Amino acid sequence: MAGAKILAFGGYQPDQVVTNDDLALRVDTSDEWIRSRVGIESRRVAGPEESVTDMATAAGGKALAASGLSPADIDLVVVATCSTILPMPSVAAVAASRLGIAAPGAYDLNAACAGFCYALAAVADSVVAGSSRNALVIGAEKMTDWLDWDDRSTCIIFADGAGAAVVAAVPDGEPAGIGPVVWGSAGEQGNKIQVTGRTGAITQDGQGVFRWATSLHPLALQACERAGVKPSELTAFIPHQANLRIVEALARKLGIPRERVADDIVHAGNTSSASVPLALARMAEQGRLESGTPALLMGFGAGLSYAAQVVTLP
Amino acid sequence: MTDQEILSGLAEIVEEIAGVPADEVTPEKSFVDDLDIDSLSMVEIAVAAQDKFGVEIPDEQLKDLKTVQDVVNFVSKGV
Repeated sequence: MAGAKILAFGGYQPDQVVTNDDLALRVDTSDEWIRSRVGIESRRVAGPEESVTDMATAAGGKALAASGLSPADIDLVVVATCSTILPMPSVAAVAASRLGIAAPGAYDLNAACAGFCYALAAVADSVVAGSSRNALVIGAEKMTDWLDWDDRSTCIIFADGAGAAVVAAVPDGEPAGIGPVVWGSAGEQGNKIQVTGRTGAITQDGQGVFRWATSLHPLALQACERAGVKPSELTAFIPHQANLRIVEALARKLGIPRERVADDIVHAGNTSSASVPLALARMAEQGRLESGTPALLMGFGAGLSYAAQVVTLP
Repeated sequence: MTDQEILSGLAEIVEEIAGVPADEVTPEKSFVDDLDIDSLSMVEIAVAAQDKFGVEIPDEQLKDLKTVQDVVNFVSKGV
C-alpha cells in the first residue's frame, strides 16, 4: 500500500511578546519561578481582533509556499484546534477559502494538545486510502481567549500561535514518510485539564498532569516500534511543548540527547495543538532538521488524549 | 527489602532525576531544604520509586514526605 509523507512545514506567531516580568506585574509570580518550573522565558499573544482562523491561514500559507504545491493541488484541509470561541463555520473551511484552495474537504478536529498528531494521522490515512491527493494540516490556537489572567497556575503557561504541514502521497516503491500513529485517551481523567462553562477559563491539576505526562515514554517507544525505528536513530524529538520540565523528563527517559529535542516552549509558550508544528517550522528555519531522517512527534493533553508517530523529515 | 536497600535505590533515583550525588542522599536530609529538589522533581521521583519498588506514592501523600527517611518509611510500609 502507498504511504504518505510530509512535504513542508510552516509556522505563525502573533507579534505581541509577553515576558515573565509582564505577568509578574499582574499575578504573584516571578521570572525565576516561571523559568525553573515551566521553562518559559516569553510567549506570544494574539491581538483582540486576531482569530484562530487568521493564524491558521497564516501558518497554512507558509507551509503551502514552502511545499512547492499550489492551492489547486490541495483537496483536504484539517485544522486541529480546541480554542475557537465560535463553533461554526469551521476554521478549516474558512482558512482554505482564504488560501485560494477551491472546494476541499475541510473540517476541524479537537484532541486538545494532542490535536496536531491526531490530525496528521487522519490526513495521512486519507491520503493512503486515496480519499485525498494532497492535504494541508494545521494546528491553530488562541489559548489566551480561555485564560483567567489572575490564575497564576495557567496564565504563565498558555499562549497563541499556529503551525502547519503539507502532506502528499509517496510515489510507488518509496517508503512511507508518516509512520503508524499510536493514540489513545483517558476520559476518566478529563477533569485534570478542563474548561467549565461557556465563559469559563482553563483549569489544570498541574501536578497530576505532570505525573501523567512524564510517564508517557512507553507511548513514544511504541510509536518507534511501529515505525521500525530505534529511539537512538531519531534525529529529532518534538513532543508537545507543554512544559520544558516534561519535555526534558521524556527525553531523558528515552535517552535522546538534548540537542535533538525541541525546546520551542522557551519563547513560544504552550500553544496546545500548534506547538508541535510550530516547533518543527522553527527547527526547519534554524536548519536543525536533517532531511530524510526519522523524527518522533508526540502530543498529549486535555481529554486526556495522546498520540505519537514517527515521520521522515522533508 | 531492607530499609538500607530502599535507601540506596532511592538515592540512585534522586541522582538520576535531580543530579544530586547518591552519597549525599542520607536519611536525615530534607528534599526541599537540603537537596534543593522542587515539587515537580518530587513527582518524578515518586513515579520512579513506584516503578522500582512497586509502591504508589500519591500526589496528596507527597507533600507530607519531607525527608529521605520519610520516603524510605513510606515505601517500607508498602512493600
